[in-house]
Order: sequence, then C-alpha cells, then structure tokens
Amino acid sequence: MRDAFVKILLEEMARNSRIVLLTGDLGFGVLRPVWDRFPAQILNAGIAEQGMVSMAAGLAATGRTVLVYSIGNFPSLRPLEQIRNDCAYHEADVKIVCVGGGFVYGSLGMSHHATEDLSIMRALPGVRCFAPGDPAEAELVTREAIRTPGTCYLRLGRGSEPRVHQAVPAGWKAPESLTLRKGTDVAILSTGGILTQAVDAAERLAAKGISAEVVSFPCLKPLDGAKVRELLGRFRGIVTLEENTVVGGFGSAVCEIAAEAGSGCRIRRIGLEDAFSTVVGSQQYLRKVYGMDGEAVAEKAEALMHE
Amino acid sequence: MENYVALVHRAFGGETPDVKNPKVLAWLIRRNGLEMAHLSRGSHIGSVLSVAEIIAVLYTRILRVDPKNPAWPDRDRLILSKGHAGSAVYAALAETGFFPVEQLKTHYANGSILSGHVSHKGVPGVEVSTGSLGHGLGIGVGMALGARMDQAPWRTYVVLGDGECDEGSVWESALQAAQYGLDRLTAIVDYNHMQSLTTVEKTLRLEPFEEKWRDFGWDVQSVDGHDTDALETAMKKAQAAEGSGKPQMILAHTVKGKGVSFMENNILWHYRTPQGEEYEAALKELEAHRP
Repeated sequence: MRDAFVKILLEEMARNSRIVLLTGDLGFGVLRPVWDRFPAQILNAGIAEQGMVSMAAGLAATGRTVLVYSIGNFPSLRPLEQIRNDCAYHEADVKIVCVGGGFVYGSLGMSHHATEDLSIMRALPGVRCFAPGDPAEAELVTREAIRTPGTCYLRLGRGSEPRVHQAVPAGWKAPESLTLRKGTDVAILSTGGILTQAVDAAERLAAKGISAEVVSFPCLKPLDGAKVRELLGRFRGIVTLEENTVVGGFGSAVCEIAAEAGSGCRIRRIGLEDAFSTVVGSQQYLRKVYGMDGEAVAEKAEALMHE
Repeated sequence: MENYVALVHRAFGGETPDVKNPKVLAWLIRRNGLEMAHLSRGSHIGSVLSVAEIIAVLYTRILRVDPKNPAWPDRDRLILSKGHAGSAVYAALAETGFFPVEQLKTHYANGSILSGHVSHKGVPGVEVSTGSLGHGLGIGVGMALGARMDQAPWRTYVVLGDGECDEGSVWESALQAAQYGLDRLTAIVDYNHMQSLTTVEKTLRLEPFEEKWRDFGWDVQSVDGHDTDALETAMKKAQAAEGSGKPQMILAHTVKGKGVSFMENNILWHYRTPQGEEYEAALKELEAHRP
C-alpha cells in the first residue's frame, strides 16, 4: 500500500505543484522518489508531530494541499488536538497519512500498534477516514484524499500486501464499498488491510458449503450506508472485521446504522476486544492471537449463523 | 444598558477616538476588555490588560491589513496564540473598522460568534481560532513557510503568552522555524511573569528566557511591553532582519492587569470577573487616564 500511495502521490504532484508532503522523520526508502523528483514539495518536520500538524494547517492556509506522513499512532494520536483544532476546525486541506495501521509493526510492541486510530479519527467532525483493503484500493483512496478538499485520515497498511482486487476497480466513487464475492448465507464486511482475512474466511466457509459475501469498505467515514442497509436486509447475520478496537470503529459504525434502521440482523464485530496487544509477533501472528485471522473469522461467522 | 459604543467612548467627550494612535487604541482595548468581561461575567481581564499595547502597536504601526478587505491575499497574518486574550483582538478589530464596535457586547453571549477564546468563524480579520495553548506558533510557521514558497510580500506575526511556553509544542515549532530559517516570522511573548495559578517562576521557570530562544536559533529582543514606541522600534527591527535566516522573537515585558492598580500583578484577575464596586473602580481609573 505504501508503494501504491507513493505512486499516486507522484502522479498528483506532477499535475499540482501546490501539493506538499511533510514527514515526521520517517519514510527513509519509501519517500525517496518524492525527494528525487519533487524536492521543493517535501519537507522533513523532524520528530515533532504536534509542530508538524500545526505547520500543515498553516501551509494549507496559504492555498496548499498538505500531506502529513508518519507511522502507527504518531501522525494521529500524538498530535490529535492539532488535527482537531488547527486542521479540522479550520477546514484545512490536510491529509493525515498513517503507514502501518493495525499490527503492521507487530514485533515492535504496543507503542507501534495502531489499534484505536480508526475509532478516534472517525469521531472528529468533518474528518473523512479511509482504510484501503489492498494496494488497488490504496490507489483509489489516495487520489480521492488528495483531490477532495478538507481534512482527512488515510490509514495505510504495509509495503507488500497481496493484491485482493485483480485490477484497480474502474469508476469507483467515494464512499462506495466494493463487493469482492457474492454470497447468500452470511456477509463479511471489512475495512483496511485485514481484507485478506475476510477473503480467506469466505474460502474456508465455502469449503464447508457456506456461501459468504465479502464487502470491502475503503471509506470508513462517510460510510456506504446504502450498502450496509442493503446487506442488513439480505442477510440474517453480518460479521464486521477491522484491525482496530471494536469500540467506536468500523463495526460500531455498522451497528449504528443497523440500530437506527431497526434491523433484526445479527451482527458480530471482530477486532480487538477493548484490549491492548500485550505480546509481539508478525502481523499475521497477532491477528491469530487476537482472533481476527481468516480461520477465526470463519469460525465466528459460522457460529453466528447458528445463533 | 445605554448604547454600548457611547459608553465605551464616553471618556472622549463626544470626539471620535484616534484609533490610528497606538496609545489610544491600547486604551480602547483596555476599556472594551473591561466592559466585555463585565457584561459577560468573563475571565482573563488580566491578560487583556497586559497584551493591550502589543496588539495596539501591531494594528496601528505594523500590520498591513485592510478592514474593508479582510481577505486581501497580501495582508499580514496575525495569530493570537494566547487565545484567552481574544477580547483584545476583537476590540482592536472592531475599533479599527473590521466590524461594528457595538457587536463587542455579544462576547460570550448565547449564540455569539465572539467566543471567549479567539475564533475566526464569521469574525472578519481573525485568521485562526486558538484557545488551547501551544498551537499558534506552529500554524504561524506553516504560514510563513507557505508565504516564502510563494515569495509573497506578507509577514506572519504570532503573539504568545509566557505560561503558554510550558507547552512542548511551542519548542517543537521554535526548532522548526529556526531550521527553515523563517526570518519573516515574528513572535512576541506577552511576558507578564504570571500564569494561571501563580507566577511563572513558581510554576515552570522560563529564565533565562532570552537565552533559551537564542539557543533555539532565534534573534531575540527584550522590550518594555507597555512602551508603544519601544514595541514599534523592536517590531521594525525584526522586519529589517530579513535575510538573516533567523526567526524573530520579541520578549515584551508586561504587567498582568496593567492599567488598573488593584489588578496589577494580582493573580486573582486571571479568572476574576469585574463586577460591582470593582468594576466601577476599574472604570474610574481607566477613564481618568485616557490618552
């Protein structure tokens, strides 16, 4: 996803010299092509995220589109008030870009696990939130984030995710969801890079004769509510999946729609259960430990059908 | 209530106050600040009284702004980072023609756009909303950087509080401004040596304050923050430093509560609202010393 992000960023910088990227002293190799091709449009703000985000708001006030780049919680939770007051309240054209959402930096420990960012950023007024499911979706939402004015949050995964979509979906418009697999028994709704586990779960279920629909939501806010309502009407059970706390994130957003729609659909939210990750390991290892890998998702989806 | 404008201008005996005179504008900031805090039962009169000359000199002698065209692209930008002294900026803007002076009486009121901490929404002439401390300098760094990228003619000014310099984010921005060599950025600290609960000295000591800023890569001047001529000279010297590659800091030594004897250097008036006999006494003192 990082490479997809940089690819689109370079394309957009080439057509718009008023795009500026600030990095919090991160992106050594990843941002190299930006330094090489557009040295006047990239600046290292140092390990000073609060100052960096305020600066981004000030730069945006001079008629620029400013991307703020860092990893994990550093561009979101650390300068949260600067995002709220300086960017969002001023409707500043600032894009907060997080590389390493969820357990990407799994071995580095709790500090580097971004597992509440989606919930917290979603709560900020007027801040759109994107969490692409694979590199193809990352291309779509990066362009969308850059071209649509206003403050937004872009949560990317790592450097080398497998592609889930065969090609970049054509004709996509925010905040549309993307259906990867049609099904009839249960629906798995996913946001962010954990999409691979939703697809894996559907394949496991298929082997057992259970037909699972898989829908990716690269826009967490605004959410494709029409799609959610349609799924609520078509399925008796829905599973939501996010590499994030289940408190206030994607699953909560789906439940809010379901509750207001008076839906009788059963919903099972899969994510971190109001807990810190206290062990380390690879991203996939931690997904397994915390019950959100393909196997666990399949089990929970199947169990939901029998409730 | 009698007409608000007539009330705050009555010391001029029917003459129109000369708002281009920094001493007159500073007095009007104090007079409006007192009335606004009185009407709203609001706080922070001590800060408004200490920052009065700084704001007045900026609006009369330094800032290139146009009240008839507040969004003029080439205007200088002023950020009041110590947003709790917002009524000082509101008063300066109203008295210099950005919006009606009468509107000042709505400060703090239900439905008003004139919030206790300075807000830009719907208020002509206010660039940035602040209130949480430690944000303004960073925004100013971004504006100054953007202006330089555009080779724009305007300058950026940021007014900070001394207590505000407890915030780590101020020092992040201080490093960034120096790193980028933003010599068209001027920051002014309203250095009244008092903060919310007690003195700066007894809270988080800032001295040696000049040296701190200098060590962070800034040019620093210390001036009497109530001497309008000294402030003007320092701000113009900061303008002349263009090309130095150094951001400009003016430590304006002030007195919290300046201009009302019983409020001066009295921590009580960070929060206390002027009512009853105290309001009358403050008013009497101010009106007796109208420039």
